[in-house]
Amino acid sequence: MTQQQRTTAKPIPMPTPETKFYWEKCQQHELWVRKCNECSQTYFYPRDICPNCFSRDTEWIQCSGKGTLHTFAVVVRPPHRAWMEDVPFVVAMVDIEEGCRIPTNLVEVDPDPSNPGETIRVGMPVEVVWDDRTDKITIPMFRPA
Amino acid sequence: MANIGRSAVIVGVAESDEMGYLEGRKSDLQLHEEASYNALEDAGLKKSDVDAIFSAGNTLGLAEHMGIHPSFTDGTSVGGSSFVIHAGHALAAIAAGYCEVALVTHGAAGHSRRFFGGGGGEGGAADSPGAQFENPYGFIGAPINYAMACTRYMHEFGEQRCREAMSEVAVATRKWAALNPKALIHDPAAEIPLTMSFDEYHNSRWICWPFHLLDCCLVTDAGGAYIVTTPERAKDLKKPPVWILGAGEGHDHGMISQMPSLTSLIARETGPRAFQMAGVTHDDFDLALIYDSFTYTVMLTLESLGFCGRGEAADFLRGQRTAPGGDFPMNTAGGGLSYTHPGAYGMFLIIEAVRQLRGECGERQVPDCKLTFCHGTGGSLSSGGTVVLARD
Repeated sequence: MTQQQRTTAKPIPMPTPETKFYWEKCQQHELWVRKCNECSQTYFYPRDICPNCFSRDTEWIQCSGKGTLHTFAVVVRPPHRAWMEDVPFVVAMVDIEEGCRIPTNLVEVDPDPSNPGETIRVGMPVEVVWDDRTDKITIPMFRPA
Repeated sequence: MANIGRSAVIVGVAESDEMGYLEGRKSDLQLHEEASYNALEDAGLKKSDVDAIFSAGNTLGLAEHMGIHPSFTDGTSVGGSSFVIHAGHALAAIAAGYCEVALVTHGAAGHSRRFFGGGGGEGGAADSPGAQFENPYGFIGAPINYAMACTRYMHEFGEQRCREAMSEVAVATRKWAALNPKALIHDPAAEIPLTMSFDEYHNSRWICWPFHLLDCCLVTDAGGAYIVTTPERAKDLKKPPVWILGAGEGHDHGMISQMPSLTSLIARETGPRAFQMAGVTHDDFDLALIYDSFTYTVMLTLESLGFCGRGEAADFLRGQRTAPGGDFPMNTAGGGLSYTHPGAYGMFLIIEAVRQLRGECGERQVPDCKLTFCHGTGGSLSSGGTVVLARD
């Protein structure tokens, strides 16, 4: 890849037929996930057929936007030049109230890479906030609740 | 199911002519062909003997590059564990009579690509689940993904205990690397002190908390290859055969956010399958070779394979028992942490296993090494392959 081709923009999700609804709802600042009517499990990321029991009887449900922190890490060395100005920042997974785990960033925290436990702990309550990355794409992030 | 253990043997292993930080001097394909040439030489076989090719991905291009017309081809690509899994596939293919001389090859200018105008970046299409749901948050590259799993372990079993286990692995592995002349640790550019103390580990800079620099594997340029054949064919060859006694493989997710439990690896299934096929148990091994992408990978693998219980790695590893002179020698080449790691390390586990079983390891030789295993972990802690190897 040449210097010219190197982008400084963060990646923008490219919706597919089975995720289009999810991203449209994100744009309206609503979090929706898939739920299986056969085995009653919610799951993420969105796909048409339940990855647990392979039932086709699945639907979208709207989420409260609340959850708990499943895990996190404090990124010090940027993974890509797009995050050069953001380090240190927090990558995280959140167990949402509706029962599935979603990848995200934990924001509105001041991560100290030498002692992150001061401000961030696994299991802490968190709530969704919205990052309008472009006029078409908004991505859900979480902050301490 | 029929037990196909002992149907195939490894008869040649080698690295590329040079390895380490090659600063753009070698392409992936050059590293492949050098290693393949050297492994055939080690075995006493010719390229025209090869009737099967195994690599992670592009077997079409590789076979073309080396002028090989295989009658069996396997491009299984499930991360750095692939080259351990290939040993099981070669065993199965040879047992079934599909081929007689299998070349398993790896070559990657991982370091040069990263620092000398290479692309890097994550695999997968722009609309893949990873590109939609992980990459936008900076879930890019192994250190970040694996670090999140490690934090979860710290939550479940204690941060201090986890850190203690990680530091034992970090320090012990560098002691082995100091005994391996091919280890990158001997190159000052590696940024790893040749004799590394626990303090140096704890004080090394953060890459992604909870990972220090010294928790992370290298990114080098290197090739490796091994040759698998039938026991009959091996009788006329240069070196004593190394038996593939058992193999197990599997994966339980792709993306890190899909991992069922961040503190349990698929090794919990692949290990017992391989050990059972081989008819061996945990106490039988003279040497353990475990993919060390990160210190955390090693401690988790030991637990998942059942060498100790979940959350017990700190107790198991305490007191440098995996270091030279310890009672549980592990990763004697210096591992991905400090020997070499061109982006995928599985190949180099097999090479070290065969050399140890042949008694070729000089200063780092494990005395009377008769039985060992390799366990590879690939992807985002996603795939696993276990292979049990023995000498006569």
